[in-house]
Amino acid sequence: MADIVLDKVTKKYPDGALAVQEVNLEIADGEFIILVGPSGCGKSTTLNMLAGLEDITAGELRIGGERVNEKAPKDRDIAMVFQSYALYPHMTVRENMAFPLRLAKIDDKIVDAKVAEASKILDLGQHLDRKPSNLSGGQRQRVAMGRAIVRNPKAFLMDEPLSNLDAKLRVQMRTEVSRLQKNLGTTTVYVTHDQTEAMTLGDRVVVMRGGAVQQVGSPQYLYENPANLFVAGFIGSPAMNFIPATLENGELSTALGTFPLSDKVRRMAERGRRPVREVIMGLRPEHLEDASMVEGANSSRGATFTTQVDVLESMGSDKYAYFSISGKRASSAQLDELAADVGVSDLGAGQTVARISAASRAKEGSSLDVWVDLDKIQLFDPESGKALTYSD
Amino acid sequence: MSTHAAVKAKPVLSEGKKAERRLGLLLCAPAAFIMIAVTAWPIIYSFWLSLQRYDLKFPDKQEFIGLENYTAVLSSPYWWDAFGITALLTVITVVIELVLGMALALVMHRTLVGRGLVRTSALIPYGIVTVVAAFSWKYAYTPETGYLAELFGGAPLTDKASALAIIASAEIWKTTPFMALLLMAGLALVPDDMLKAAAMDGASGWQRFTKIMVPMMKPAILVALLFRTLDAFRIFDNIFVLTAGSQGTGSVSMLTYNNLIKGLNLGIGSTMSVLIFVAVAIIAFVFIKVFGTAAPGSDNGGKR
Ligand SMILES: Nc1ncnc2c1ncn2[C@@H]1O[C@H](COP(=O)(O)OP(=O)(O)OP(=O)(O)O)[C@@H](O)[C@H]1O
Ligand SMILES: [Mg+2]
Repeated sequence: MADIVLDKVTKKYPDGALAVQEVNLEIADGEFIILVGPSGCGKSTTLNMLAGLEDITAGELRIGGERVNEKAPKDRDIAMVFQSYALYPHMTVRENMAFPLRLAKIDDKIVDAKVAEASKILDLGQHLDRKPSNLSGGQRQRVAMGRAIVRNPKAFLMDEPLSNLDAKLRVQMRTEVSRLQKNLGTTTVYVTHDQTEAMTLGDRVVVMRGGAVQQVGSPQYLYENPANLFVAGFIGSPAMNFIPATLENGELSTALGTFPLSDKVRRMAERGRRPVREVIMGLRPEHLEDASMVEGANSSRGATFTTQVDVLESMGSDKYAYFSISGKRASSAQLDELAADVGVSDLGAGQTVARISAASRAKEGSSLDVWVDLDKIQLFDPESGKALTYSD
Repeated sequence: MSTHAAVKAKPVLSEGKKAERRLGLLLCAPAAFIMIAVTAWPIIYSFWLSLQRYDLKFPDKQEFIGLENYTAVLSSPYWWDAFGITALLTVITVVIELVLGMALALVMHRTLVGRGLVRTSALIPYGIVTVVAAFSWKYAYTPETGYLAELFGGAPLTDKASALAIIASAEIWKTTPFMALLLMAGLALVPDDMLKAAAMDGASGWQRFTKIMVPMMKPAILVALLFRTLDAFRIFDNIFVLTAGSQGTGSVSMLTYNNLIKGLNLGIGSTMSVLIFVAVAIIAFVFIKVFGTAAPGSDNGGKR
């Protein structure tokens, strides 16, 4: 077990592609770190540099305080789980799991004991003599995990280990990975582009975009205090609503109406930043509510507008009300990039979502008074994408 | 593993499996039919000839003599000398070709720049007609016409050991690219991730090669070895051009040629060609038996 430090780590591929630029990251001993971001943002490249499978172009990588830039993968004492599992098809499950130990010339008895222990933890006992081709997806995944844990490495690296599983199994394996990591207490770096995994698994989440780190923090912190539009839009499901707005005399005028800024938001927005007039207002779906459901005390820190409900989805515990906003859409380079990644034409327009109480009597096609929690409004600079309401 | 598969394969096949098998047979049928028409008939005919005393120099003495030709051939020291030379050449050339071919395949697989050029240039020897290449070797090793003869001093083709070495080297030079090509197809079967995983598991370059690549390439290696062994056992053109079988360098094919075409003895010649056929069949059988589990099609993973 060890801590991992990335000091201005940069990767430039021979063809000139700059995949990772100046990543600074300190991973504490035993920490579970998630690298998340859209496709092609350099997550795998970063992980491969940690593993030693890719050379580091510039910067320094330290594991347990020791510079390892020049060390071969086998000398770094790190285990990796691949998206494809990369099980050896000509070996049985037992041989697969024992492989790293055999290479390390460990005593047969100890190898057997360790394999038995790992297979017990992972519930693979009855499959030890099978070949990987005769296993189910989830079992293969567990064998890959087993191969990583048998040798008690300094750290685990996992590159989208669950993305080949179906939705249900993924949830199940997710908890299993989490439990395993907690029990073993091994430093883990986990790559995913699934933001549910990012939110639920890690101690800290690193959001990457175009090879650069956008923000690092605990899932809850990133959710509540995104540093920029990209992080705000990436974290959270359904995604944050983005609405263009004009900031004037302490008021926000939007296509939904005019909202006074709460003291808290105003203080943050005015803190030494250049006066921005055109902004993007960000609203989490749960900060919108059916006005008739809001208690008296709360309603004072909110504002209300009236809109037409296009679609109403009941999720059981609550309802999602979708409505559209007229006028121009929020546009920003970061939002366009996010939209391209999730495959919709744009995020800043069209549908706005409110997560309203299940008891609400809102109906599709009829109008609804929507309450906005003014304290929770986030403001972004459309040009730089930076959050005006972000305090670090 | 194989017993496991056999047990599973035996029980009654489902409708879908049956249809699949029928389709498979249907698709093979034309090829099988042509093969029988083209190859089975000559084989049967030479087997028939091998049971006769049939020397074109004495055509009236032709008669059916059963297996007498076989006893004659199998008790002749000429046959066994040639057989020994053939076996020796086969083993030496195939082993060296395997090693060189593997190295060449790894180089071709790895090179990122000018891949096409490397492959094309590596394949040139295989593209040259054997007889042409053999003549150029012959002149190279002949005093007065060749540069290599001087290098080795005197006339290397007139000495048994050096002549054999020259024959073997000509064979190797020519067919290593073929071996490399077959092995490269096998290399493509090894996923990158698996080699990375092995590196992470602590395997050195050599261990990755022996413990991951070779086992996964086994079917390709088997096919390459089988093809080359069968080919090498029938070596003829290089010997024919380089030494014409003098200095005891004749292979079984050479001996057969001498009896059949030069000696006009159809009976003995046919006997020898049948024996070569049998030897080749035994080699193929042994290969399949020994490396059985790795043979393409019998692999469990491949069947899924
Ligand atoms: N071998 C390579 N040579 C050149 N460029 C590469 C190479 N591998 C990756 N890249 C580039 O580096 C960037 C980052 O790639 P990387 O594989 O790290 O992305 P990723 O974040 O893992 O994406 P995904 O979620 O799709 O796996 C991409 O733009 C990619 O095109
Ligand atoms: Mg990746």
